[in-house]
Amino acid sequence: MDMKKINNINDIPAEKFRLANREDTSHDKKLETKPLTYFQDAFRRFCKNKGAVVGAVVISILVLFALIAPLFTPFTPGYHDKKYMYATPKLPIAEELGLDFWDGYKKKTEVNYMTYLKDYALGLELGRDVIKDGEYTVDDNGMYTYRYDTYHGVGFGKYKKVSFQEYEDIQRYQRETGRQVLYPVVALNDRPTHLKNAEDANIYYVTENPAAATIRPKLDADGNIQVNYWKYKEGTTLSALIVPYDSQRIEGEDGVQINGETYYYVYGRNLGGSVEVRADYYEYYTYYHTQVEKDGIEEPLFLFGTTEEGKDIFACLSYGARFSFIFAILVAVVNLVVGVIWGSISGYYGGKLDLAMERFCEVLGAVPTMIVITLLKYHLGGTTPQALILFIAFFATGWIGMAGRTRMQFYRFKNQEYVLTARTLGAKDRRIMFKHIFPNAIGTLVTSCALIIPSMIYSETSLSYLGIINLEAGERTSVGTLIAAGQKAIIIPGAAYVAIFPCVFLIMLMLSFNLFGNGLRDAFNPSLRGTEG
Amino acid sequence: MYMFKYVMKRLGLMLFTFAIIFTMCFVLIKLLPIPTNIMPGQDPEIVYKTLEGRGWIMNPVEGENGVWTYDRVPVFKQYATYLIRVFRDGDFGIATTFREYANKNIWDVFVSHLPPTILINIYSSLIGVPIGIGLGIIAALKKNKWQDQVINIFIILLISLPSIVLALAIQYFLCFKLRLFPIEMSTSNDYFSWPVFHSMLPAVFALCLGSIAGYARYTRAELSEVLTSEFMLLARTKGLTKKQAIMRHAMRNSMVVIFPSILGEFIAVLSGSLVIEKLFSINGVGGLYLKSINYQDYDFFMLLSGFYTLVSLTAGIVIDISYGIIDPRIRMGAK
Repeated sequence: MDMKKINNINDIPAEKFRLANREDTSHDKKLETKPLTYFQDAFRRFCKNKGAVVGAVVISILVLFALIAPLFTPFTPGYHDKKYMYATPKLPIAEELGLDFWDGYKKKTEVNYMTYLKDYALGLELGRDVIKDGEYTVDDNGMYTYRYDTYHGVGFGKYKKVSFQEYEDIQRYQRETGRQVLYPVVALNDRPTHLKNAEDANIYYVTENPAAATIRPKLDADGNIQVNYWKYKEGTTLSALIVPYDSQRIEGEDGVQINGETYYYVYGRNLGGSVEVRADYYEYYTYYHTQVEKDGIEEPLFLFGTTEEGKDIFACLSYGARFSFIFAILVAVVNLVVGVIWGSISGYYGGKLDLAMERFCEVLGAVPTMIVITLLKYHLGGTTPQALILFIAFFATGWIGMAGRTRMQFYRFKNQEYVLTARTLGAKDRRIMFKHIFPNAIGTLVTSCALIIPSMIYSETSLSYLGIINLEAGERTSVGTLIAAGQKAIIIPGAAYVAIFPCVFLIMLMLSFNLFGNGLRDAFNPSLRGTEG
Repeated sequence: MYMFKYVMKRLGLMLFTFAIIFTMCFVLIKLLPIPTNIMPGQDPEIVYKTLEGRGWIMNPVEGENGVWTYDRVPVFKQYATYLIRVFRDGDFGIATTFREYANKNIWDVFVSHLPPTILINIYSSLIGVPIGIGLGIIAALKKNKWQDQVINIFIILLISLPSIVLALAIQYFLCFKLRLFPIEMSTSNDYFSWPVFHSMLPAVFALCLGSIAGYARYTRAELSEVLTSEFMLLARTKGLTKKQAIMRHAMRNSMVVIFPSILGEFIAVLSGSLVIEKLFSINGVGGLYLKSINYQDYDFFMLLSGFYTLVSLTAGIVIDISYGIIDPRIRMGAK
């Protein structure tokens, strides 16, 4: 009874207690520095590494680009307009900055006189600089070199058939905005007769020989181009072929005076059910997208230019980058989770279980990724989205590396004293694995995760480049698809930019991820610093 | 003796792994529908009889309306037939849907595509390995001086730049802008003539940049580690000059890690790089593989995937075993 009373501390009266140390001070000095956790320490080391910080900044810029850029461009990867194939990159303020690369012009070299004249005539009619500033140089062989506007240079293309309603609508649009979409047409029997040129709406001038395959404008005595528009005399009854036009005219409201008579140009030829017009494609494009499609596109302006199919590279790159990032992170996370579970079981329990699990990994790991993808494509190809096939393929071979790394870490820690202590104190296996060993392995695993993401993006890029996986579907595309388009383009003069933009993106991505990953590794494992270059 | 045992064990394991993968591939391929589409100008009867002769289908019968019906052969029976043909006759089948090589022996087609791939990889190793090791040695000997820094930046750039971008840049600048080389490899079969060699060079350059960076990085890391170890100090104290110490002790020790990967590289020359082969239009094994995927020619797939698996497995095993051979301290498989 007595013992029990003493043991129960609450029953001892308070006045019986005495302070053991009267001075009430401690001789140990309190630590003046703040205690650092492992992660704080790692973060401090990471920040000291300039390259790694730069890498992190570049990565965040690229991620921001991938997330935000799609919101700011009206174009999507699904958009394409073959008329604007290989339109060069155009930045609205490039001319003020003097950036030749970004002004929407491309250099035409070794061009003969006829081609030059054609571009010149087009610029003359549109009142645009189809030839930049009208400047050109001629070499000894009579070949021309000048900078050519890939946007306005599209010109009229072929004669366009529009419905009567659209014809009226374009006229209304012209009246409202003051823009000139429609230009006078050339009468049918004044057009070139050679099959190659008969439909060419860019030929608005008198030609020397309408039957020739190569059109040569007939110049007047002063060396000027002579317009060949279809016109009618004021006051005469209109031919049934002429569709009335009631909008702004390039000849002015008073018509043109020829020998004291007033003539008006004809803007539409009646084809029965439709009207044949000459529409400046640049303006028509603007009209079409703002009035008909209403898809937010205001004018043809491709920040990074267009591909062979007339796809906007800026949109493709940003959507592709977004897809790549999301995809890579998703695969990395799944690989990490599965790899950690597999590796920790294998590494912690060891023995026969470990041996069997290792054999399994060895066999699976020996299958080349290419073969996995091919088999998956054969079996799932018809119905499954290609992105899912790629995901399964990357997962099937990707988690093995992570499992191996986790296993190594578990082997390293599982026989250390603190683990033995934990076990002696009665901790269960699961608690030891995930509370005691796993946190120690996390640094290595995070690092390898950071290094896996760029390699994943790179494999995805090369697989799309090789054409094994085609991620280009609907509103989706990938960086690799763009690089494949770029490779086609580099042998076309002045189209190297198609390859440049995705390549620069890929380079920045790989470089910054490498710097970042190396920085992470050094921060988490200072002892490894420099061993891998 | 334990070395011999170890090698045998590794070989056995490798064959076991290979057998599993190959069987899996075969089964998965044979579960797919048999491609029986008749190409224009082909006699359906011949096609079906050929398929029957290859042991893929049984009892092909022409129905009244010209539609053929047949029974499937059990997969493992097909596998047995396939293996017997491969081992007894060296017969890997004939091309069916791969139109370019229709009715040709697959093995012959495969062998005819080997030389470009092997040559390009051998040239690239012959250029890349010495340059890479040389750069690594310079960097390690001049550690933390400007030479080391320059080489280090070069290595980081080459490692980080994706090979597809490097190859594109080479193609653009050397082939298209400067017109030093043809854009695509010559299709001639005369592989040792100057024009063909010349047209291979851009691909060789594109390939060797990667191995230069890799070897420079490994050599630098290994050699600088060896240079700081204590036996180097001992070598200097016993009177060797710096040059002697480096040549006789440091180099040999650092090669322990590098030499096996050189061996591995020479095995891997067989497989090559799909991206480079496509980019420079090299008529090699990689291109054959890509095309056979598109044509869904399954016998091609079996042969080529077996080949790729075998090459990568062999390269791995050669690297591992050669560690034991060149470094007597490493006793593989010893208890």
